[in-house]
Amino acid sequence: MTESSPQNVLIIGSGPAGLTAAIYLARANLKPILLAGVQFGGQLMTTTLVENYPGFSEGIQGPALMAEMIKQAERFGTEIKYETVQSVDFSKKPFVVKANDTTYTSKSVILATGSTARTLGLESEQKYWGKGVSTCATCDGAFYRDRKVAVIGGGDSAMEEANFLTRFAETVYIIHRRDAFRASKIMQERIFSNPKIKVVWNSEVREIVGNEQVVTGLALFNSLTGETTTLDVDGVFLAIGHVPQTEFLKDAVDLDVHGYVVTPDDVHTSVEGVFVAGDVSDPVYKQAITAAGMGCKAAIRAERYLSENL
Amino acid sequence: MLEINKANFDQEIKNSTGLVLVDFWAEWCGPCHMLSPTIEALATELAGKVKVGKINVELDPEIAGVFGVRGIPTVILFKNGQPVEQLVGVRNKIDYINAVNKHTAA
Repeated sequence: MTESSPQNVLIIGSGPAGLTAAIYLARANLKPILLAGVQFGGQLMTTTLVENYPGFSEGIQGPALMAEMIKQAERFGTEIKYETVQSVDFSKKPFVVKANDTTYTSKSVILATGSTARTLGLESEQKYWGKGVSTCATCDGAFYRDRKVAVIGGGDSAMEEANFLTRFAETVYIIHRRDAFRASKIMQERIFSNPKIKVVWNSEVREIVGNEQVVTGLALFNSLTGETTTLDVDGVFLAIGHVPQTEFLKDAVDLDVHGYVVTPDDVHTSVEGVFVAGDVSDPVYKQAITAAGMGCKAAIRAERYLSENL
Repeated sequence: MLEINKANFDQEIKNSTGLVLVDFWAEWCGPCHMLSPTIEALATELAGKVKVGKINVELDPEIAGVFGVRGIPTVILFKNGQPVEQLVGVRNKIDYINAVNKHTAA
């Protein structure tokens, strides 16, 4: 099905960036359509308590925050479609965006597809995906009551996942390839004061070990000793960062070597009329609040672009 | 939506003939809620062809254990009581339909 007349603005992505853009554009009466994807709500949907988003002094659950943003965007007239974009054509105007069931045309587009969890790239990781390997502690932590699990990573999300997993697991190992964490001080303090958490420094995962059915351990290479040892665990949670979701944008807008959308100012892309917001163009900050801020900027620029190009 | 639990597992899945598509989920799991509308849509579209149901792993952890489910959402397609496809994570509707079609071809 192809829509007949072009839309004013299509927003691709439904995290804080896309939904903030939608709130602004809907309030400007531009009737935005937001293509939410099947994984709507973005990364905050897999978190628990968000303590650093301003306005919630006691914190707010990630999914609850996203549910509020969706309601707020809809209240002002955003049309949300739970479709995933397959391909885009920005070489002519109006722009063409192909989703699962519908092909849209639009005078402007805001890219806000965010990023997805980075994986180790091991064959054994794919083999045991959902059978002991996970990127979502809030989803899968409860499968490890009184068991041993490992979290791979050294940033805030690794600390958060490890802390959360101690609700269920007997022991939580944090496997980190360096000898210090880059996580914030407050998160590190929580880790070091939690008796259930043990840190394994200077170690890289060489293989995920299993019994063909489920995960049973990790083969770890210690970069100081040069030795590889096996650590017995029932579950492995990956928190080694994220990669931008730009596969469908290759050849459509300029991307950097890591796949991030190139932008001179948080807002504009290499194509006039195509704007960008949030983690998809942000290798540095990657916060809900910065994504929301970028969504606001992109919306204001898109609004100006539309008024100048009618 | 058909709720599958320990009490009706044998009747609805183990001793059933044909295809049963089962979504393993829990209240606490954000991505499970993302998948929910897709499962609802599949139940409608596949009505008469495939039985579609849900298992709450919080209430029935044993069933998840039997099939090695340690990550949710996981969708398992059963044929004549035996698991034939296991799809982990939130996927597009077409992925589930493709799995069903693979096992309905004559």
